[in-house]
Amino acid sequence: MATDEAVIEVHGLTKAFYPKGLCKVVALDHVDLRVARGELTALVGPDGAGKTTLMRLVTGLMAPTAGTLTVVGYDVRQQAQAVQDRLSYMPQKFGLYEDLTVQENMNLYADLHGVPRAERTGRFNHLLSMMGLERFTGRLAGKLSGGMKQKLGLACTLVRSPDLLLLDEPTVGVDPLSRRELWTVLQQLVGEEHLSVFVSTAYMDEAARCQQVYVLNQGRMLAHDTPAGLTRRAQGLCYRVAPPKGVATRVLQSALLDDPAVQDAVPVGGQVHFITSVPDGRVGLLTRHGLTAQPAEARLEDAFMLLLHADQNGAANGRGETTLRGKAVGEDASNTSAAAAEQLAPVPAGEGDQVDIEVRDLVKKFGDFTAVAHTSFQVHRGEVFGLLGPNGAGKTTTFRMLCGLLPATSGQLSVAGVDLRKARTQARAHIGYVAQKFSLYEKLTVYENLCFFGGIYGLPRQQLAARIEAVMQEFQLTSRRDQPAISLPGGYKQRLAMAAALLHKPRILFLDEPTSGIDPLARRTFWQQITRLAAQGTTIIITTHFMDEAEYCDRMMIQDHGELLVLGRPSDIRRRMHLPDADMNEIFIAIVEQSREEGAKT
Amino acid sequence: MQTLTGWRLIWQHLLFLAHKELLALVKDPRMKFMLIMPPIIQGLIFGYAANYNLDEVPYALVDSSHSAASRDLIAHMDASPSFRRVATLGNVQEVSDYVDSGEIIMAVVIPEDFASKLERGETAPVQVLADGRNSSIAGIASGYVNAVVAQWNLDRAGGRSALSVETRTWYNPNQLTRWNFLPGLIGMISFVQVILLGGMSVAKEREEGTFDQLLVTPLTQTEILLGKAIPPILVGLFQSTALFLIALLWFRVPFQGSLGLLYLSLLLFAVSATGIGLSISSLARNMQQVLVYVLVFLMPMVLLSGIATPVANMPEALQIITYIDPMRFALDAIRRIYAEGASFMEIWPDFVPMLAIAAVTLPLAGWLFRRHAA
Amino acid sequence: MNGFPAFLRRLRALTRKEFAQLLRDNSSILMGVVLPLALIFIIGYGMSLDVDRVPTAVVLAEDSPTTRSAASFTVGSRYFSPVYVHSLPEAEVLMRQHAVNVIVHFPPDFSAKLARGEGTVQVLLNGEEATTAMSAQAYVQAAVLTWAASQGAARAGLGQASVVPRVWFNDANTSSWFFVPGILMLVLTISGVFLTAMVMAREWERGTFESLFVTPVRIFEVILAKVIPYFTVAIVGMGLCLVAGRLCYDLPMRGSLWLILGESMLYLIIALSMGLVISALTKNQYLACQVALLVSFLPTVMLSGFLFDLHSQPQAIQVISHFLPTTYYLELMKSLFLAGNYWPLIAEDTAILLGYAGFFIWLAFYLTRKKVA
Repeated sequence: MATDEAVIEVHGLTKAFYPKGLCKVVALDHVDLRVARGELTALVGPDGAGKTTLMRLVTGLMAPTAGTLTVVGYDVRQQAQAVQDRLSYMPQKFGLYEDLTVQENMNLYADLHGVPRAERTGRFNHLLSMMGLERFTGRLAGKLSGGMKQKLGLACTLVRSPDLLLLDEPTVGVDPLSRRELWTVLQQLVGEEHLSVFVSTAYMDEAARCQQVYVLNQGRMLAHDTPAGLTRRAQGLCYRVAPPKGVATRVLQSALLDDPAVQDAVPVGGQVHFITSVPDGRVGLLTRHGLTAQPAEARLEDAFMLLLHADQNGAANGRGETTLRGKAVGEDASNTSAAAAEQLAPVPAGEGDQVDIEVRDLVKKFGDFTAVAHTSFQVHRGEVFGLLGPNGAGKTTTFRMLCGLLPATSGQLSVAGVDLRKARTQARAHIGYVAQKFSLYEKLTVYENLCFFGGIYGLPRQQLAARIEAVMQEFQLTSRRDQPAISLPGGYKQRLAMAAALLHKPRILFLDEPTSGIDPLARRTFWQQITRLAAQGTTIIITTHFMDEAEYCDRMMIQDHGELLVLGRPSDIRRRMHLPDADMNEIFIAIVEQSREEGAKT
Repeated sequence: MQTLTGWRLIWQHLLFLAHKELLALVKDPRMKFMLIMPPIIQGLIFGYAANYNLDEVPYALVDSSHSAASRDLIAHMDASPSFRRVATLGNVQEVSDYVDSGEIIMAVVIPEDFASKLERGETAPVQVLADGRNSSIAGIASGYVNAVVAQWNLDRAGGRSALSVETRTWYNPNQLTRWNFLPGLIGMISFVQVILLGGMSVAKEREEGTFDQLLVTPLTQTEILLGKAIPPILVGLFQSTALFLIALLWFRVPFQGSLGLLYLSLLLFAVSATGIGLSISSLARNMQQVLVYVLVFLMPMVLLSGIATPVANMPEALQIITYIDPMRFALDAIRRIYAEGASFMEIWPDFVPMLAIAAVTLPLAGWLFRRHAA
Repeated sequence: MNGFPAFLRRLRALTRKEFAQLLRDNSSILMGVVLPLALIFIIGYGMSLDVDRVPTAVVLAEDSPTTRSAASFTVGSRYFSPVYVHSLPEAEVLMRQHAVNVIVHFPPDFSAKLARGEGTVQVLLNGEEATTAMSAQAYVQAAVLTWAASQGAARAGLGQASVVPRVWFNDANTSSWFFVPGILMLVLTISGVFLTAMVMAREWERGTFESLFVTPVRIFEVILAKVIPYFTVAIVGMGLCLVAGRLCYDLPMRGSLWLILGESMLYLIIALSMGLVISALTKNQYLACQVALLVSFLPTVMLSGFLFDLHSQPQAIQVISHFLPTTYYLELMKSLFLAGNYWPLIAEDTAILLGYAGFFIWLAFYLTRKKVA
């Protein structure tokens, strides 16, 4: 198979939308792209970069405004059906029919693609066992967990071997274990059937598995290269530094982010990984505190962040306006209290302090299925506590019980000193809740939403007005006060949700996958806010699928099949697993796999 | 944090919930359109369409008698404003074509021996053939012919003044069906709206994912339910008002009663309907189901209420079923207040079943809500 | 792999999927089967404009043989259910209480005045049920005048004319016969427009079309597969109504059954296409439902001649009515059930319905494209 043959050939592709009553939006701006046959090609970019639009244009589900678009040898504009006959496409939200069973969904797609009955059995069995779905063929698709749905979507897409496979963020909301399994399947198929794959993703470790990577931002193609080629751009700019004793990694990371000389900083393996062009990583903040950074290996993510920063700063300077994302631009900078962060205050030791959440022997059963089995833990005041686990592990159930959305079958559960079984309503006055999906009222404006929730939390009028002003300032929402929530960009929706949850100054903040679907730059800002809240004494419980975010937590617990597997500080867990240098992703997979093996033995 | 407590907190909760619900309705332009236009369009169209009144019954005449007597009878027919002669035919066979095509709904046949029978002092039959595809029209039309023929007989027998029938119709002097239908519509429109909006309220929040956010706030379930009940009632009252104005100002149907009593009945009615709507909302898993349930409930309730045909005309068994239909009683109350100017003492018996229905459906909604929604 | 066999295979797969979904969702069954049966029962038994046993107060202020003779028409009549009182105020109290709807008042000096040729009978009607009032008025008037005429005629030895009513097409003269064809239309409209608009809008709303479109499937097949199950549901609902109409109300079928079925399918195709058009325009279940309610359901009930005869409506409403396909379908059904095969009407209405079918099918295909917004 000749690798120089292109399955997608795109030149000068432009797509503009004309929303009613608004000015035109250019989703894609003169994009060039080439996907070679038999290769894995990745498309990365922050939320709203235009990835899905590009995918839809390639499938012929949308008509381009300008440019040429040739897919598997056909002009998509002229022969959309011919293209659709030859490719398989998995949209971001795969359209599984939830009232059909797993088997019925697969049969439907096999029939539509004309897979002969004889071939079907073998291929289905192969796909189902690869996806770990063979036990669930009779189950309704709607009853599968999020990760399993995603796998079934992929299985339906792969019922035949297409000329081109298009995947639009196939692993959103999928846990690390399932993600790894999905990619193994994909690479296996590329190897076995010489598939050509074009995949968009938010995960850099996935992009790193591809032969070519395209970086898209705000409708423009920033760069394309091999993963190694891209990574080289950040080579020699990356450093790692350990926080002083007693200081949480996230505090140092947050402070570093505020330093104008630092392009990016994330906590990794108990240290802070940062990018700077300052020689030897001698950033002002570090020298002031007598810390020295060690040079570190560049990662693909570092290159990606560099590209985004350069693009955003360039765009901001060029247009003379402030952008939403990007640290240290406009509004954002003025508000991050750099001075407070600079102190690198030691975190008050968690243990022994006031207990905000007390869970003892918690059990939740649905019929004869045990979703959560005999779980006990405590969360202390001002702690950031992570709830992790694969899809269907029971963490959502645990989380919902903690918020009082679901009654427990048995066990003790007290939140903010109130027994949830006795006084649920009373406990709710002390908590703030940010749902996974944006769940404020989309038609109401920022102000109206805040006003509603403030009123519901019982703030008297004068106090309500003052609090709304305060949170709008804190989350930089003042300029968007009268904008309907639906028209806010993703990062702002997130902030609004946070602002609404914090209006009544809750003692405990519950965050359910708050960062899924928001781009890496906005995620950095989000974690800075969390760091600040924790420093002020708010207790934070968070679930997430981004394992690197577990590094921000003081303590975390990992569940699988309803059982608590580990509970402790990230560094302790790392030590216990004898993987001192591993990142959280690897540790997570190691823990879950180890427990499943033991489970298989007994 | 200093927060409100006790009754002030509950009051604030309800106020903010209801305010939020109304805002969400008003903010959606499509929704706003659907709230305002349908009552107006329905009011106008139904006001004109809801008409059983026959001004000119199109009919065909077959005069086989060709006598002075028959011509005199025909002159009587022609003088009546109730009839319009469309065709004059030679024989009965030709009639069927006109009836089949719907050109006429009645034929009057005067037989050959009409005059001779009269002269012999016998009874001379005049045949009236009516199109039974619309039985009510047919019945009324042949009734009219009856009256004309009777008058003709009387005139022939003893002169015009022998006996006269004076008719007076209470509450609706011109016997316009519109006058019955429009006040009924005032009740129906808010019924439909309250059930539909109430039915949607919880299902919509659940589908949009905002429901969990609401459940983690200190709101109690009763408060959520009450907060959800207020806006549909307000919207229903608003739409009723729109229809009331259309009836009063556009169609000039005179209003005889007290406004306060009218709104009291509408309010009671809306409360009893809200219970039904919220029960549906708590049961349904998604909006599509809500719509189906609402339709399946609503159609029989509207049909049994007596808005289209009188309850008195229904068979005994069905009349008993109508006792669980709040719209039946609301309709009765509204019509009587509107047309008769009935007082509270006269219509309070209508309020009892409405209150009883509310007393059953509201707690039921609460129970279903606790079981299925939370 | 290509051509007709592939088309059939894909169509079969999609249709099977639609049926599976249909059977798993009780709301479709509720709407397709339960609602039609409820309607035929309630409308067939309950809705009646036929006036009988009207509660009537007969005021015999003067108890004389003359008045009793004049009032004799109320005795044993299936038309009236009389109570006899002796003063007008008494009767008026009864009417205010809604105990009676009609008062026939023979004044105290009735016989004396009658002898002088100045006799009057007062009829008071409750106008709140205008239809009942209208029939009752005509009936009382005719009865009283006929009585008077026969008195005079007897004296003069004259013969008199009488009316022999015969009702065509509806020998039993019941409303049920008149309503059943309308119920068929209602059932077809609900299943056709509502269900189709909703299930189609659901796929748009849930994004299931996105994955489905990027397969060899043609848009024609998607639409056809959607239409087949709901076509079936509607036909089943209609069949139930036909059987129920036949068994419960002895509904005659004077025209050909095949024509009834054929025309109903034609109308159903129009309804289904309208549902497709609505869903393609709204792509949202809630809105689709509201639009369906407004443009199909209400006009169907109110303007097609189902409840209110078109003859008695103002010109403007009649014009609007004649833009609705339902008007022609209903006219055709009433004629086929009650009158028989009247070919000129059948030809004309069929041609009009075919025109509508063609237009809506074209519009549905024109608006439904393999594109996402």
